[in-house]
Amino acid sequence: MTAPQPVLERSAEARARDEKAALTRTAIVGFTTIVIREFNRIIRIWGQTIVPPAITATLYFVIFGSLIGRRIGDMGGYTYIQYIAPGLIMMSVITNSYGNVVSSFFGAKFGKHIEELLVSPLPNWLIVTGYMVGGIVRGLIVGAVVTTITLLFTHLHVHSVPVVISAVLLSSIVFALAGMINAVFAKNFDQISFIPTFVLTPLTYLGGVFYTIKLLPEWAQGMSYGNPILYMVNAFRYGFLGVSDVDIRFAYTMMIGAAVALFAANVWLLQRGVGTRE
Amino acid sequence: MKALSFHQLTKTYKNGVQALKGIDLTVEEGDFFALLGPNGAGKTTAIGIVTSLVNKTSGKVEVFGHDIDRELAIAKSCIGLVPQEINFNQFETVSTILVNQAGFYGIPRRVALDRLEKYLGALQLWEKRNAVSRTLSGGMKRRLMIARALMHEPRLLILDEPTAGVDIEVRRTMWTFMRDINAAGTTIILTTHYLEEAESLCRHVAIIDKGRIIENDRMSTVLRKLQTEVFVLNLRNPIPAAPVLPGYRLTMPDDHTLEVEVSKEQNLNDIFSRLTAAGIEVLSMRTKTNRLEELFMRLVEQHPSQSNKAAS
Repeated sequence: MTAPQPVLERSAEARARDEKAALTRTAIVGFTTIVIREFNRIIRIWGQTIVPPAITATLYFVIFGSLIGRRIGDMGGYTYIQYIAPGLIMMSVITNSYGNVVSSFFGAKFGKHIEELLVSPLPNWLIVTGYMVGGIVRGLIVGAVVTTITLLFTHLHVHSVPVVISAVLLSSIVFALAGMINAVFAKNFDQISFIPTFVLTPLTYLGGVFYTIKLLPEWAQGMSYGNPILYMVNAFRYGFLGVSDVDIRFAYTMMIGAAVALFAANVWLLQRGVGTRE
Repeated sequence: MKALSFHQLTKTYKNGVQALKGIDLTVEEGDFFALLGPNGAGKTTAIGIVTSLVNKTSGKVEVFGHDIDRELAIAKSCIGLVPQEINFNQFETVSTILVNQAGFYGIPRRVALDRLEKYLGALQLWEKRNAVSRTLSGGMKRRLMIARALMHEPRLLILDEPTAGVDIEVRRTMWTFMRDINAAGTTIILTTHYLEEAESLCRHVAIIDKGRIIENDRMSTVLRKLQTEVFVLNLRNPIPAAPVLPGYRLTMPDDHTLEVEVSKEQNLNDIFSRLTAAGIEVLSMRTKTNRLEELFMRLVEQHPSQSNKAAS
């Protein structure tokens, strides 16, 4: 008969290692859960998330592209419908990335189920990333739908695939994060529609989606350079057509800077409990 | 091991309300602990701090030895919370809510589906697994919140008014379930307005009022502090007036009912002998109020309000 082995006390280092591994596992599964939940939400309410931008894009192409566009003539060396196509795709990506996060996060706050995440062991940066990816997913789904509609009306020339992909991703990230800040501060449903209606829509329409800013008087051109959407639309248009009203390097610097600043701001707000904790 | 400990915990809200005024509290592992107090006493604030829904002003909180200031994620992974208000997504199905909750704690879907079956079965909700949560009855929603809190099999389960608004049959079922969970090793902290519930389930009790702990002991020890108890006696025949029993205070709400106040030094046998001698036949008897309720009211009255302002 063998003597019983003494129970070895696990070292503090071993325990810490196990706890760290468990938290990493939790972070991976938790992040996947948030993203799948957001994806399922987008699909569940497809009548609100995917159909309206598809209809809007179709109307834009029919009216501005085919009917009025023929009378406008060329712009930036391309037919008008080709010129506005990247802007219209980008506009739908921006509004849907923003709209997804603002409605989903505020809905979770309003219904109090945001507490499910707040009491969980998931770190705040991961919660922000999860919602951000949800916004990107909707932006890209809608962007793909609008691109498909675009191809029914015109041919899309692609100048640089990496620029197209990076510009759409960065724009989506920036506006998903901006939507989250809106949701964090919003106290009622009016406040989540205020920014999209009175800030986002005017900036989008004035951000060079439908025209080159070279058509504007000098003072209006100067003001347009203060509009962040101008850089996103032009970076994206550069990816397709190879033409841009702004310096592409500056556009990327601005988008990356905005993404980093907004991400940090969201994590800080969640950490401080602004709008979410007492 | 201590499942939970507060050291000099304070919370002052932005509007100046001092919800917690430096409380010290310890809950041992495996305990079934009642945290009681009137509305606005600070119970929900204390629970909010433990679960990080409320930021503390000062003090120290440890969950199974993990300081929430230094090891928040590990501390949170030990806790399951059943909040006072319904807080699940009303547009999702029961199963989705539970699988998502498990995911937030790192439980893979495969394991979550097994646990979902286990806990929905135990809480009699299995038939509703595919129902959209907003279609559930009030009692079902409460049970769903308990199932949700158990999906990651926490070591500490905090139940904030889990049976509020639930009918007595469902409440009894939930009591049995809570006892089983506790017997299996889960430490439970319960806040409730049903003091009968706390007396029946809990082994330790702390009473909090105006942000301070005014009582904290074993339930049996706390109940022994009751000096007197009032019994209501239902009589077989009507009597014209309350009999005079020296040493006892008797009142007569109606001609078929006697109320008698009995102190710790007195006994019921003596009262019954004297009533029998007076020709009064007692059909049945009950305590006028729940014992814990009686004590609770006395303790709260002994600690008059220092401020009318308090936050829950």
